[in-house]
Amino acid sequence: MRRIECKDIISAIKKACMDANYYIPEDLVSTLKKRYEEETWPMAKNILERIKENIEIAKKEEIPLCQDTGMVSVFVEIGQDVQVTGGSLEEAINEGVRQGYMEGYLRKSVVKDPLNRINTNDNTPAVISYRIVPGNKFKMLIAPKGFGSENMSRLKMLKPADGVQGVKDFVIETVERAGANPCPPIIVGVGIGGTFDKVASLSKKALLRPLGERNKDEFYKDLEEELFYKINKLGIGPQGFGGKTTALAVNIETYPTHIAGLPVAVNINCHVARYKEVEL
Amino acid sequence: MIKLTTPLTEEKIKDLKMGDNLLLTGTIYTARDAAHERLIRLMEKGKKLPIELKDQIIYYVGPSPAKPGRVIGAAGPTTSYRMDPYTPKLLDVGLKGMIGKGDRGKEVVESIVKNKAVYFVAIGGVAALLSKCIKEAEVVVYEDLGSEAIRRLKVEDLPLIVAIDSKGNNLYEIGRRMYLEKAEDNAYLD
Repeated sequence: MRRIECKDIISAIKKACMDANYYIPEDLVSTLKKRYEEETWPMAKNILERIKENIEIAKKEEIPLCQDTGMVSVFVEIGQDVQVTGGSLEEAINEGVRQGYMEGYLRKSVVKDPLNRINTNDNTPAVISYRIVPGNKFKMLIAPKGFGSENMSRLKMLKPADGVQGVKDFVIETVERAGANPCPPIIVGVGIGGTFDKVASLSKKALLRPLGERNKDEFYKDLEEELFYKINKLGIGPQGFGGKTTALAVNIETYPTHIAGLPVAVNINCHVARYKEVEL
Repeated sequence: MIKLTTPLTEEKIKDLKMGDNLLLTGTIYTARDAAHERLIRLMEKGKKLPIELKDQIIYYVGPSPAKPGRVIGAAGPTTSYRMDPYTPKLLDVGLKGMIGKGDRGKEVVESIVKNKAVYFVAIGGVAALLSKCIKEAEVVVYEDLGSEAIRRLKVEDLPLIVAIDSKGNNLYEIGRRMYLEKAEDNAYLD
């Protein structure tokens, strides 16, 4: 049995929250650079250039890329031969978020109650999901996400008869309705299958796949590419002022579902797509 | 590049056209969801507003906390449509400009035309870059709202785009349409 101390989890989460908000993952930097070079519409190119500049300033000066430093999702993968010691795992994760947001000068954007809306003042709690896997590894994927793009995300329980066309229509319609609001260029995470709750988490998971990595299933790889093409054909462009750079990627994740249903969810991420993976 | 200074008089607004890139210098106020709600509640009760809005600009922003030695943290725009229910009421009492991101509703566009105002856009998600144009920041009112408090900012060469001008021309509609009409190679495969 491998032991992992809560205090190590706290400091890992704290650092990840800060790093994720100051530094953008390398795959995103290189994708943005490529899109900037390929963009021909002047307003769009100008905006992509500012986005690249912003990444440099945030990194150099260690200030957040975006003032909306998000609500934090944490995906924990725990080997079944791991024992967490020295406290509660959930409390350790939230303590790490608390320390990261306080010491990192990150914005506290979480309210304690959705209707009474009093700020918790430390950006907790995080939204945590756990997966128990064989072995003795302990991994955490920390993803702070702003609500400009979260607010534009949608879910629909399609009929099996709606089929792949129904899925395509729903994805395109969601991106079209979102327009400029989620800060394009966007990343589009699509969940298909499972249940009402599962499909939402699939779509979020889809956002966390490294850019440029396609679905391993040939059918879904083709669907990703088709949707990517169609979304960019919409011409929404960076910030919604026109251009060929609307989406940086479309990622699909699927799960078996019920004979009577075809759930589909679209989670949109902005161009400041933040995540940080740590292994203890 | 157009240089614009506050206060934002009708004379200055008249020359601003949809799609203009400009640099703004002067004093502006911050307010987003919660502060808007409070301002409107005061107006409904017939009370005096804590800030004079005539010829002023409101920036929809909730900045991150300032690091020691800095004026402000990251400070980019938040999505504007959430302020749509309040905006016409503020325009009616003299507000002349808003800075945000994303398209506005029909009633806001109509109110912009009626009141000869203007809607600017700052690029969403480039908050570190925009924060460097903010030279002074102080809370004016609603300190309890934290990041959402109303602040007075002194900005220097803040880069903005005119998204909806005083004639109601809307870059969110026209910019995209122009692109789709003109661009031949308007999409690509990865």
